[in-house]
Amino acid sequence: MTASLRVFRGDAQTSGYKSYKVDTYEGMVVLDAIHQIQAKQDAELACRWNCKAGKCGSCSAEINGRPRLMCMTRMDQYGSDEEIVVSPMKAFPVIKDLVTDVSWNYQVDKKIPPFKPKPPESDGTRRMQQYDIDRVQEFRKCIECFLCQNVCHILRDHNRKDAFGGPRFLVKAAALEMHPLDTEDRLPIVKEVLGSGFCNITKCCTEVCPESITITDNAIIPLKERVVSNYYDPIARFWRKLTGKIK
Amino acid sequence: MSDQYSVQEHDVIVIGAGGAGLRAAIEASASGANTGIVCKSLLGKAHTVMAEGGIAAALANVASEDSWQVHFRDTLRGGKMLNQWRMAQLHAEEAPERVKELEAWGALFDRTSDGRILQRNFGGHRYPRLAHVGDRTGLEMIRTLQDYGVHQGFKVYMECTVYQLLLDGNRVCGALAYWRETGKFVLFKAKAIVLATGGIGKAYEITSNSWEYTGDGHALAYLAGADLIDMEFVQFHPTGMIWPPSIRGTLVTEAVRGEGGVLLNAKKERFMFRYIPDAFKGDFADTEEEADRWLKGDKNARRPPELLTRDVVARAINREAKEGRGSPHGGVYLDIASRRGPEYIRRKLPSMYHQFKELGNLDITVAPMEIGPTTHYVMGGVKVDAESCESTVEGLFAAGECAGGMHGANRLGGNSLSDLLVFGKRAGAGASAFAKKFRDFSDVPTSAVNDGCAEMLEPFNRTQGENPFAITEELQKMMQSLVGIVRMESELKEARDCLKQLKERASKAKVTGNRQFNPGWHQALDLRNLLIVSEMIILSALERKESRGAHTREDYPKLEPVFSKLNTVLRKKNQSMVVVREALPDMPGQLRKLFEGDKS
Repeated sequence: MTASLRVFRGDAQTSGYKSYKVDTYEGMVVLDAIHQIQAKQDAELACRWNCKAGKCGSCSAEINGRPRLMCMTRMDQYGSDEEIVVSPMKAFPVIKDLVTDVSWNYQVDKKIPPFKPKPPESDGTRRMQQYDIDRVQEFRKCIECFLCQNVCHILRDHNRKDAFGGPRFLVKAAALEMHPLDTEDRLPIVKEVLGSGFCNITKCCTEVCPESITITDNAIIPLKERVVSNYYDPIARFWRKLTGKIK
Repeated sequence: MSDQYSVQEHDVIVIGAGGAGLRAAIEASASGANTGIVCKSLLGKAHTVMAEGGIAAALANVASEDSWQVHFRDTLRGGKMLNQWRMAQLHAEEAPERVKELEAWGALFDRTSDGRILQRNFGGHRYPRLAHVGDRTGLEMIRTLQDYGVHQGFKVYMECTVYQLLLDGNRVCGALAYWRETGKFVLFKAKAIVLATGGIGKAYEITSNSWEYTGDGHALAYLAGADLIDMEFVQFHPTGMIWPPSIRGTLVTEAVRGEGGVLLNAKKERFMFRYIPDAFKGDFADTEEEADRWLKGDKNARRPPELLTRDVVARAINREAKEGRGSPHGGVYLDIASRRGPEYIRRKLPSMYHQFKELGNLDITVAPMEIGPTTHYVMGGVKVDAESCESTVEGLFAAGECAGGMHGANRLGGNSLSDLLVFGKRAGAGASAFAKKFRDFSDVPTSAVNDGCAEMLEPFNRTQGENPFAITEELQKMMQSLVGIVRMESELKEARDCLKQLKERASKAKVTGNRQFNPGWHQALDLRNLLIVSEMIILSALERKESRGAHTREDYPKLEPVFSKLNTVLRKKNQSMVVVREALPDMPGQLRKLFEGDKS
């Protein structure tokens, strides 16, 4: 059995799609097809990958228009006469073929103040209950594939990388803000630097997350609510001033 | 021709950004060294993310009887007493502090009911000892180190591959590398270098390892003149996925067995009861009834034999399949569905559930998994000083999987992540202290750098020659069939001859296109390292005429007393690889006492 692929080839200057035929076998994923092309037909075809088990988030691409990890996309979900089109993530500049420049994400990451724990208990331990960390553990499943960034229309269509940090980093900020031991206040960063107000809750990020993190409902909306009550609710603001409680 | 490469200067350069590399960079930076870390992939993607089951540390949160002494004893018994005792001691002593430190940096481990770090059972560990986050502990660890690290002021060089170390006499003074993106060269001048490049799994066809695992640190150290030890010991993890073919080799965490999973052959027998080695007989349940009581929490019941060390379990699976009691695709069954409820399985083994569902069309809460051994880890590596992690080349340090000695003949699950933290920190401190002895950078010999650059470009200049991917595939198939779980003299000699030819062919491999992100070219350069580590494994395996831990010789099936006190050491002599035997350091009396009454 064979399958037909059309794969984006090119760089910042020249670009186009090239067609390939690959031999298929049971359980094959799109990343296997790309590897077969590299090994047997075209050793110059560039892509990123590491674990091939959905754990590292390196092989992000757009397959028939949908943002996905190539290593977790089975070939047999497409019809035998259907051409599989593989393109690089659109929201980031192409370096070569399927490899994009995702360095902007690392710059945003650095702007988020790090974890600042309260002191340990008198016995030296740091106690937390499982039900208090379930929510944060969901966010920490993130493998930084940046598919949520890629699909977000604020970044993808409006290219507001200057003002909006994207779903990935709102998830990260939420993980820190909701960490039971953390003492830092990141709401000013969430509002001003990550631009939480830009998100208009279309939930595209949640839909493409390969780790099934409920990005919008569990991370972004609670952060937006905190920003609103902190900056725009006069009574709450007055109460906080009175009691000195930040969170 | 100095315009063909750019130059960066750091007191300490760390090569590799997995758990060991990041921990080393954090330490070097904290102790005042100007530090740079070079990673082959993007930051946060290193192989550590694939670690699943947990970090072994005698925190004694779940079993209060646990202590570093018991952890030390388990580690040496698992390693068949071939471990460098001092490394194993430091590891067992310091692992709890390193885990608590991760927690202080934001890691969120699963909790006990009183709010402390929860610990789970694992093969070879006497007590529940593995701090974990479901089955994605490696991701938690690397993200914690990454998040903490990016605020510590060291410089990160991503997608940059080191090809050669440079020497000033017997002292390391730099590393020559290429950028994947542009194919341009960069020279890192350094006063000390830490190798933290991981393992060698890509020398085999069936492996749980990623593309990065081409033995880079092993090869770089060897070429720089360093000694390597224990390279015959390659760990085949007993449980890799085997069907469908696309995911053959992908890891199924030992935590499945730690959480109660059992191994069954085609006749539905729990065959592991037949494979308990004499040395472990008193420690394991000998009936299913006792093993089931253990799972229910009976403290008087002994552990089920599915939790024997990986070498024992992998050999047992191999045997069952060979003798006709295997599954349709040549493995056996791993069953958790009949042992735990669906909700529990999905919570404690979420990525296993996901991985089988998406890639194997199988719901592990309902049906047993089909599994078989997969190349997973190399115990051997750069020979280092236990305290500082310095190799036999001055200023060159190594930590994590690319360093040897800590795990002896077989590594216990969970001891890798703790190894990365304990010795990553020590290597960072060691490298930083070494660098402080020198005010100025050494002059890097320009001719050596130019030669290195020319060598890297050579595959482009060949008009004829083979595709490097084809040669790599042949090497992997050869290592898989001739230097796998069970070895013998005739096959190892055949492997040695094959390797000679493959080397010859690799020296003529041809690549096309330009230097910008060119996978064919990268493969041609990685191939050099794969051939070097394969040769190391073959020569060491020939030298050790006994069966011990992960090294099984069909022609020498027993433990031989003469080899119990010897490490095999590899080094470069007159441009070729030689193997010599070195005496294992003597363990002090008070530690030796921990093993009184042991049979082996």
